[in-house]
Amino acid sequence: MVSANTELAYNTKIEGDIVVTKADAVINWLRSSSVWPMPMGLACCAIELMGVAASRFDIARFGAEVFRFSPRQADCMIVAGTVTYKMAPHVRRIYDQMAEPKWVIAMGACASSGGMYRSYATLQGVDQIVPVDVYISGCPPRPEALLDALIKLQSKIGRERSAKTLLASA
Amino acid sequence: MTAPADVTAALQSQFPQVTPRSSGDHPAVNVPPSEVVAVLKYLRDTCAYDMLVDVTAVDWGVEASPRFTVVWHLLSTTHHGYVRVAADCASDAAPSVPSVSDLWPAANWHERETFDLLGVTFENHPDPRRILMWDGYPYHPLRKDFPLAGIEVPLPDIEVADLTGASVKPAPMMGGPFVASSGEMNLTDAEPRAKDESWTERREKPVSE
Ligand code: SF4
Repeated sequence: MVSANTELAYNTKIEGDIVVTKADAVINWLRSSSVWPMPMGLACCAIELMGVAASRFDIARFGAEVFRFSPRQADCMIVAGTVTYKMAPHVRRIYDQMAEPKWVIAMGACASSGGMYRSYATLQGVDQIVPVDVYISGCPPRPEALLDALIKLQSKIGRERSAKTLLASA
Repeated sequence: MTAPADVTAALQSQFPQVTPRSSGDHPAVNVPPSEVVAVLKYLRDTCAYDMLVDVTAVDWGVEASPRFTVVWHLLSTTHHGYVRVAADCASDAAPSVPSVSDLWPAANWHERETFDLLGVTFENHPDPRRILMWDGYPYHPLRKDFPLAGIEVPLPDIEVADLTGASVKPAPMMGGPFVASSGEMNLTDAEPRAKDESWTERREKPVSE
């Protein structure tokens, strides 16, 4: 007689020390729950970025509190501020120095589209030089908006075919 | 060392070439470029104008001659008064005036900015590089004949330019630039707005104007 298994979650009494899942799910879960941001704070939006990291909004709740000022140790560049043409190549170089896999959040109107700076000096959107995963509207965006962007990025990471990419590059 | 009651008269007695300049606020004088260093040194050492507040320039427009006027603002920190010194550049194509960065170290960056944005060279400047735009940028963006949106040039870094295919492009103005109106009018009419909102980067500005 086969008894119906009504357990929906992992249960040590039934499955012992073994968890059956997909490689993608494990890899994506690891990646998305500890995104280490690279704070590319270029203008006023960076103040809100600091607010997000501080106690009131506490980005640590989403596993992204380890701000790294070395691109070698970061996963996600948060472009917070106005990107001038003079700065743009440096932004790209820092992006290039980040290890794969890596993501980019364009925080605020300036990083997304040049914002109110319709002028000879301002790059009209950081997506001209780096691939952007999530855009945030606002000038500046509220800290909650950045948290929302992080959650969106996490669900985007959750949909990636990570195992396939890893095998292909191995 | 005291600030003279009438700084213009005091200057004119020392430098016959100095002429008064019309001004809405502080005393102001016109000085020929060759006398600028002597006049500013005199103001600093004899008239107690010890602080250089600003160095900048005015572009009077492409047709005007003299086209560029360099302006210095001095403050007396002991007598709390300002004086404005202006010099018309002799050349409209290659404007230049002597540097005063050895009188006030503060002049160094002000002069670099004036050179960068308006293209006025300061003779004997210790470090005559651009300060805001990158080295090698071909224009002086605050000149009257330079469009606010910019002019297409390559990115400052050739490698990144090749990699991304991006370049410095004129910014989309969408009917702008946005200018405020002044005069006797209510605040709604005075708000900054595009003078002609019927044209954008997709629809060319009509030439009939
Ligand atoms: S979007 Fe607004 S707040 Fe953010 S950098 Fe630009 S001007 Fe500053």
